[in-house]
Amino acid sequence: MSATRTASRVFGSGIRRREDPRLLTGTARYTDDMHLPGMLHAAIVRSPHAHARIRGIDASRAKTAAGVVAVYTSADTAGVLNAIPCCWLLPNAGLSIGPYAALAADVVRYVGEAVVVVVAETAYQAYDALDLVVVDYEPLPAVVDPQKAAQDGAPCLHDCAAGNVAFHWNVAGGDIDAAFTNAAVVVHERIVQQRLIPTAMEPRGAVAQFVPATGELTLWNTTQNPHIVRFVMSLVTGISEDKLRVIAPEVGGGFGSKIPQLQGDFITVFCSMKLGRPVKWIETRSENYISTTHGRDHVQEVDVAATRDGKITGLRATVWAGMGAYLSTAAPGIPTILHGLMLSGPYTIPAVKEDVYGVYTNTTPVEAYRGAGRPEATFMLERMMDKVAHRLGLDPVDVRRRNLIPPFANGHTVITGLTYDSGNYEAALTKALDHVNYARLRAEQKAARAQGRLMGIGVTTYVEICGLGPSQVAGAVGFQGGLWESAIVRFHPSGKVNVFIGASPHGQGEETTFAQVISDELGVPVNDIKVFHGDTDNTPMGWGTYGSRTTAVSGAALAVATRKIKEKARLLAGHLLEAAVEDIDYDDGKFFVKGSPDRAKSIAEIALMAHVAWNMPAGMEPGLEASSFYDPPNFSYPFGAHVAVVDLDPETGRVTLRRYVAVDDCGPQINPVIVEGQVHGGVVQGIGQALWEEAVYDDNGQLLTGSLADYAIPRADVLPDIEVLSTVTPSPHHPLGVKGIGEAGTIASTCAVYNAVVDALAPFKFETIRMPLTPERVWRAMQGA
Amino acid sequence: MIIPVTITVNGRPCHRDVEPRLLLVHFLREVAGLTGTKVGCDTSQCGACTVQLDGVAVKSCTCLAVQADGRAITTIEGLATDGRLNAMQEAFWAKHGLQCGFCTPGMVFAATELLRTNPHPTADEIRHGLEGNMCRCTGYHNIVRAVQHAAGASR
Repeated sequence: MSATRTASRVFGSGIRRREDPRLLTGTARYTDDMHLPGMLHAAIVRSPHAHARIRGIDASRAKTAAGVVAVYTSADTAGVLNAIPCCWLLPNAGLSIGPYAALAADVVRYVGEAVVVVVAETAYQAYDALDLVVVDYEPLPAVVDPQKAAQDGAPCLHDCAAGNVAFHWNVAGGDIDAAFTNAAVVVHERIVQQRLIPTAMEPRGAVAQFVPATGELTLWNTTQNPHIVRFVMSLVTGISEDKLRVIAPEVGGGFGSKIPQLQGDFITVFCSMKLGRPVKWIETRSENYISTTHGRDHVQEVDVAATRDGKITGLRATVWAGMGAYLSTAAPGIPTILHGLMLSGPYTIPAVKEDVYGVYTNTTPVEAYRGAGRPEATFMLERMMDKVAHRLGLDPVDVRRRNLIPPFANGHTVITGLTYDSGNYEAALTKALDHVNYARLRAEQKAARAQGRLMGIGVTTYVEICGLGPSQVAGAVGFQGGLWESAIVRFHPSGKVNVFIGASPHGQGEETTFAQVISDELGVPVNDIKVFHGDTDNTPMGWGTYGSRTTAVSGAALAVATRKIKEKARLLAGHLLEAAVEDIDYDDGKFFVKGSPDRAKSIAEIALMAHVAWNMPAGMEPGLEASSFYDPPNFSYPFGAHVAVVDLDPETGRVTLRRYVAVDDCGPQINPVIVEGQVHGGVVQGIGQALWEEAVYDDNGQLLTGSLADYAIPRADVLPDIEVLSTVTPSPHHPLGVKGIGEAGTIASTCAVYNAVVDALAPFKFETIRMPLTPERVWRAMQGA
Repeated sequence: MIIPVTITVNGRPCHRDVEPRLLLVHFLREVAGLTGTKVGCDTSQCGACTVQLDGVAVKSCTCLAVQADGRAITTIEGLATDGRLNAMQEAFWAKHGLQCGFCTPGMVFAATELLRTNPHPTADEIRHGLEGNMCRCTGYHNIVRAVQHAAGASR
């Protein structure tokens, strides 16, 4: 490939997003923007109690209220809707699934559980009538802390799960007992990974249109995975999959909270089935906070064994992972497969053992939240690295360097049994430290301390598992689906291209990056390629957009399909140019005879001939279209190193994040501007966990942070610029070498900030400090509390 | 009770009978049929519903339709001319200042308001000027770049 061509390659170029014009002009259509003739509006009565028996429901006044068309309870859904399934059936873990109905029948188990639905001509009328529904509750004792819920005597949520334990999973490798017996030092920490609320800016919702005459359902849904919705919706409603069309229109962020199918989705469909009219349900933000899934919620007891010079010899942990009141779609896999298997991170740790108890509590169900299990693993490891360094009087960077896995290009198996694809952790760490001039920062810190100022530096090195993943592995670990992706690449006679993918991006920019991939492979201008996704009627099956898997898996399917097209085009070019196919070369959109670049056919000419089919090689089908169903041979393992610098106000405990540097390696970058954007957003969500965010429940199970007035997501004025750098280590198994980047920032950033604050607090004696690191908590740490 | 109102939306007068409790955002979305303005919360925190009322940014969830009677509203649909983005929309596009797009209409108006009152803000002033609008995707980094870009373009 010539140097000029490389310089102008569209792969690797930060071109503007093709999605943006519609989003910037208000012409994009989200679920709530759908308006259908005769459409009704649903509003849901939700439990105000964390745990209560339903003694009776009186909906008589609501039924006669202005505009109300119907009021339904569990008596109506019984026998029509099946239970909401949990779709990650963790094996060998004693999994006990508490039955979850679309509308609660006898007992409610969290504040926000759906009890009654009101359907009215307008949304205002539906909400007016909500207040007229009287539900008689007998309150029951509640428990919200996962560790307490697993103790004897705690209120029991489900008869099937003694002691509220939904599952007990473990992972072990190496001789953990020997590691601790022979340890020079053992460091312990109790880590609370507080519960978080994903807070996609678009709340969840659904518009269901059931046509009784045909038995067909169309469902517009705020989802990250419309094909899974169709599958699960057919299981719950009995509508056969061929009559079920799910459309994820524009979706306003998800971060994991739009993976599961929740009560409101099934209720909306039920109402449309009963009434034969379109029904819309859009949750309010306050409703979102109590009923859409949360994330994290671990209590972790962690021990690390180390040598005097800071070599980690063993890591042992017990985790109580709050599941909420029911097991959401993918919930059991998150604190286990996506957490425990990453326990040794980017380090060579010869022995690990972890016990994870998934525990029912009287809280909103948890599900994936950006990073999903991996932030909880990375935080654990990175916190312990700093504690070991502190105990041994070593620099935290030196401890990391002594434990990092050396560079590898094609496979490295770690103690938990995973085989990482490729990594060069030391290089990323060095790049981050060079960028901030670490030695100078430490010198500045020393000077600051001498003056009584509180400055802290936090470092994390991380590796994560994403690009989920080989379907065989999915099956082996109990995920009730596949994890491959699909793509159809279709040329038109004019040489323009449509692409149809099964994944469902919602802000990540694949309409642009996938066009860049095809443009790079076949020379079609990016603006002549349109990517379709989100509609189960016109896209091939795919498992969805989560786990940083769209570019990593769907992108691989796209590359394979594109290369099939290229091969057919080469055959056709050879035929048209009267040359042997082995003699056909390709460059920049043209197929030509080796050594005779003038004897050439452009991809557009080939596309036209493939369609008119006047002169095809014997046996070749007309058309220029290819599809791929791509099951990845391995996960992908992005990695990097992050550095945070903070200043603390000694009077108030307020943390100012002065500087944030991220070095991430997701392999070759199709569009570096989009990659940077993913890192910015991911890093800030992780910072949010470190400094501001927590879903706080009181002992009775009332969510005290139940609105955007109370739950503190990061705002522009409390953040610095995010300095984003990268290294490039291709994945050996991916056709494009790429890895995922959607979650990396979140996985790395929480502990970088946390470690920086703890580093700033070094002059003070305190036991531990809980996230979020609010001014009050930091101030109390300064007082030695 | 029903109250007649005349609200000029993107230059066109819109006469309707409305309930006095009808929020301006619902008037725009449900009555005027302009769904570009978004609802992201119910406590006036998120700013996704920000529009211009007589040229000044307001959160349209915090304003009743009857309060806008006789006044002029500009929504996100009213900014581009013949398919050409205005300078602020263009800046958001150029600087990758949006991802999922849900906060974007409100963010564009908040940014426009900021430059109306402070045409050449520092990065810090931009961050403070946008603190009433929430974005969960971008970490605000590229939104700040977009506003700087728009401010530079207006010099």
